[in-house]
Amino acid sequence: MTVTTITDAELQPKDYASDQEVRWCPGCGDYAILKAVHKVLAELGAPRERTVFVSGIGCAARFPYYMSTYGFHTIHGRAPAIATGIKLANPELDVWVMTGDGDGLSIGGNHMLHVLRRNVDLQIVLFNNEIYGLTKGQYSPTSRRGTKSPSTPQGSVDYPVSACAFALGAGARFVARSIDTLQPHLVGVLRRAHAHRGASFVEVFQNCVVFNDGAFDGFTAKDGAADTQIHVEHGNPLIFGARKDRGLRLRPGKLELEVVTLGEGGATPDDVLRHDETNRALAHMLVELEPPAFPVALGVIYCNPAPSFETETYAQARAAGATRGTPDLAELLTSKEGTWTVT
Amino acid sequence: MSTSLTSPARESRDSVVIRFAGDSGDGMQVTGGRFTVETALAGNDLTTFPDYPAEIRAPAGTTYGVSAFQIHFGAVDVMTPGDQVDVLVAMNPAALKVDLKDLRIGGTLVVDTGAFSERNLTKAGFKANPLDDGSLAPYQVLKLDITKLTLDAVKDSGLHTREAHRCRNMWALGLMLWMYGRDRDATLAWLKQKFAGRPEIAQGNVAALNAGHAYGETAEMSEYGGGYTVRRAPVTPGVYRTMSGTEAIAWGLLVGMRAAGLEKMIFAGYPITPASLLLHTLANLKRYGVITFQAEDEIAAIGACVGAAYAGALGVTSTSGPGMALKTEMLGLAIATELPLVVVDSQRAGPSTGMPTKAEQSDLFQAVHGRNADAPLAVLAAATATDCFDVAIEAVRIATKYMTPVILLSDAFLAHAAEPWRIPDLDRLPRFPVRFRTDPAGFHPFLRDPDTLARPWARPGTRGLEHRIGGLEKDYDTGHISYDPTNHARMTQARAAKIAGIANDIPLQTMALGEDHGHLAVVGWGSTYGAIHQAVRRARNDGVDASHIHLRYLSPFPRNLRELLARFDRILVPELNNGQLAHLLRAAYLVPAEGLSKVEGKPFKVSEIAEAIERMK
Repeated sequence: MTVTTITDAELQPKDYASDQEVRWCPGCGDYAILKAVHKVLAELGAPRERTVFVSGIGCAARFPYYMSTYGFHTIHGRAPAIATGIKLANPELDVWVMTGDGDGLSIGGNHMLHVLRRNVDLQIVLFNNEIYGLTKGQYSPTSRRGTKSPSTPQGSVDYPVSACAFALGAGARFVARSIDTLQPHLVGVLRRAHAHRGASFVEVFQNCVVFNDGAFDGFTAKDGAADTQIHVEHGNPLIFGARKDRGLRLRPGKLELEVVTLGEGGATPDDVLRHDETNRALAHMLVELEPPAFPVALGVIYCNPAPSFETETYAQARAAGATRGTPDLAELLTSKEGTWTVT
Repeated sequence: MSTSLTSPARESRDSVVIRFAGDSGDGMQVTGGRFTVETALAGNDLTTFPDYPAEIRAPAGTTYGVSAFQIHFGAVDVMTPGDQVDVLVAMNPAALKVDLKDLRIGGTLVVDTGAFSERNLTKAGFKANPLDDGSLAPYQVLKLDITKLTLDAVKDSGLHTREAHRCRNMWALGLMLWMYGRDRDATLAWLKQKFAGRPEIAQGNVAALNAGHAYGETAEMSEYGGGYTVRRAPVTPGVYRTMSGTEAIAWGLLVGMRAAGLEKMIFAGYPITPASLLLHTLANLKRYGVITFQAEDEIAAIGACVGAAYAGALGVTSTSGPGMALKTEMLGLAIATELPLVVVDSQRAGPSTGMPTKAEQSDLFQAVHGRNADAPLAVLAAATATDCFDVAIEAVRIATKYMTPVILLSDAFLAHAAEPWRIPDLDRLPRFPVRFRTDPAGFHPFLRDPDTLARPWARPGTRGLEHRIGGLEKDYDTGHISYDPTNHARMTQARAAKIAGIANDIPLQTMALGEDHGHLAVVGWGSTYGAIHQAVRRARNDGVDASHIHLRYLSPFPRNLRELLARFDRILVPELNNGQLAHLLRAAYLVPAEGLSKVEGKPFKVSEIAEAIERMK
C-alpha cells in the first residue's frame, strides 16, 4: 500500500474525492455542488477521518459515495436522525447532511423540523431541484403549482413549501441560500455554514437537466442575474441590479418590503435597509421574495448562534457526574429502597 | 396455638395473594409498591402484577378507571402473581365490581364503606348496595369506613379535605402491613423524603399509615383474628434488593456496555406505553455513560441509534408493538450495513393501538420476520423481571460480537413486575470487549471475520479507514456498491449464515423442569415462565410425565432444540398470542407443536396451563 505523507493542510480538492465513478446525469447541478464541497474542505484542511457525510435517498443522496471521507447513505428522509445519533455519539466529528427537496421536505420533513429546532451541530445542504429525479420525474413538495409530471399529468394542484421559510419556522439559527452554478458564492456560503456552530441550513437551487431543466432560469440566467438576484451580506445595504441602483426598503406604513430605484421618486441610499443576519423578522421577509416583483435573496440570510444540542446534552451529562472515568456500577445496583442480606 | 383477648395469635401462611384496587387517582400503584418493598425486606419471595388503565385519570368512580396492584408473596418459591386473590382491598364500588371475580371463595375482602355512596354505586353499575344485599356472603368481609378513619387520623396535619382524602391509601396500607406483620419503617422514611417539600402532606400520610396499622392492633380487629405470619423464603445467601423488569434491562444494558468495553450508550426512544419507563430510568443514569435522547418519533429514535452505532457507541432503542412497526425500515438498514443495535420491545396487546397497558406476546412474528426482504437478526426474550438483567447483557454481547441488531422481547407485565434479586458480583460477570478496527492494511468495510462472519467495526475518527456504507447492496469482496446478481445471492446467504451461526455461540437448550425426554414438553418463552413452571410442577407432583422447556433464544434457536423436541411425544406451547411460537417451531422442525393461546391482556393462570396439560397427558 502507499503511505500517505501529506498533512491535512496540504490536501487538495481532488483529495476529497473517492475512487468511485460519479454517476449523476451529464450536466447535473450536483457536480457543481460536489466540486464546491471539495473546495471548501480543502480550504479548511478538513481531516478526512473526522468528516462524515450522511444522506437519505435520492440523487443528492449519492453524495457520500463520491467523498473520500466517512460516509453513510441511509434511508429516505432519515439522514437528520442518523446524523443526530452520530453527533451524540461523537461530538468531535464534523457531520454534513446532504439531502434533497423530496428527501428533506417530504418524507423527511418531520426530521428536518426537529433537527433544526434542536440545533444539532450539522451542515445540512438541501439540493432543491423541485422534482423527484431518481424516481423519474414526479413533482415534489417544492414544485410550483401546476407542475406537469408523470404523477400530475394535468398539473399539480397543491402549493409548494419554501425550504428556507420552513427552516426559519422550524427555528433554524443559520439559513442560507445559493445556486449550483454560482461557484464562488456557493463556496462562500458553505464556508459560513461550516463555521456556524449548530444546525446550518443551506438551500442550493440545483438544476435537474433531465426532468426539470431550466426550472430556475428566471433568476439564474447569467444575463439577467444582476436584476433577479440580491446577494445579501451582513451590514451591507440590500442593493442589487446591474447598475447597483435598486434596493429593498420597508414600504412606508406597511410591514412589507418594496423595491426602490435610487434617485427615482426621491429614494436615497439611506432609505435602503441594511442586511442584519441576526434579525429573524427580516430573514422571514427575505426568504419570501420571488421574481418577477422581487429578486431572489441569496447568501447568509439568517445567522444567530445558540448553544448546540449535543453541547448542551453533554453539559447535562457532566452535571450529572459523567466523567471519562468509570463510576462504579455497584453503587447503582445497591438500592435506595433498601437491601437485605440473607446468610 | 395460644390466644389472648388483647392480642390474638397470628396464623401462619405459606403464601398470600393481595390485590389493592381502587380508582386510578387513589394511589393503588404506590400502595402496592410500598407493600412490595416492605414484603421484600421481610424476606419473602414475591411477584407483583400492576394492572392499570390506559387513561391517566379516567372519570372517578367508573369501572374503566379502576387501577389495581397485585402481589403474591410467600415462604416458598413464588413465580406468578397468583391465580386467585386471597385478600382484596377495594377502595370503591367500581373496584369491587371489577375485581371481586378474582377473589377466592372464603377470601378476605376489605372495603372502604365510606366510598360506597349512592352516586359511586350507580357509577359502578350496582343496582343494590352489595354490602347489604348478601351477595358478599361467600367472603370474609371487613367493612371499614376507611375514608372517615383516615380523615380523623389526619385532622391535625392541616390538610385540606381533598388532600386528606388522598391519604386513604396509606391507611389501607398500614392495615395490611399490620395484617401480615410487616415493618413500615422504610415507608415512613420514603414518605418523609418524597414529601420533603410539603411536610404537612408527609405528616398526613404518616398519620394515616400509623392509624391503619394501629387499627389492626386494637380490639376492634380481634374478631377477624390476629393477622398472619409468612415465613421468610429459603434463598441463596447474598445481598438482595427488589428490581423491576425495566430496571433490570436498564442495568443489564449498562453492565453489557461495560463488558463490551464501550464508553457510551446512546439510548433513544419515543414516548410509548409501556416502554417509556426504560427511557425514564436511563435518563437518570447519565453519570454512568448513558446519553438519552427523546426523539421526534419512533423512526428517528432508532435512526439516532443506528447513527450512534456507526460512530462507535452502543445504540439502544426501546418501544412497544406499534413503534416496532415504525422501526422496521431502519432495522433493515442496520441489517444491511451490519451495525450493532439493541431494540427492546415491551410487547402489548394489539393490533394497532390495541390495549396499551396490557401484556401480550404477539410481536414474535414481527421480531423474527417483520421486515422487507430476507432480513435476519437475533431475537431474545426475557422470562422474568430478574432474567431481564441477564438477557440485556446477552443482547449487547450478540449485537457487538456479530455486528447485528438484536431484538429483546419484554412485555407490559415484565416492564412493571418486580422481584427480589440477588445483587451479582460485577467482577464475575462476563467480559466481551469490542475490538474496533484501526489497521488500514487490507481494510474494507465488509471484510468478514471467518468465524463469526461479522464485519469490522470501523469508527469515524479512525485515520485511514474512511469508507462509505449504506443500504445499497455491497460487493462481498470490496464493500463497494454492487448490482451483480450472484453477489447479491452471496451476500443474502452471508447475512443469513451470520445469524444462524450465533447458534454455535449460545448455550444448548436446557430443561427448566423435568426430564429431557418423555411424553409431554411444555415449551414457553417470555413472561409465561412462572405460570408454566408451576403448572408443570403441579402435574409432575400428580405423576404426569411432563417437562418444561423455556426458550430465551428465538432467533436463532439453540442448536439442540430440534433433537430435544423430537424426544417428546407431544408438545404444548402456551403463549399470550394466537400461536406464534407454535407456528415457528412447526415451520422450523416439523414437530407436532400444539398451541395454547390466551389473548386477554392478562397473564396465564397456573390453572389454565394445568388444565391443558391434563388434556394432553
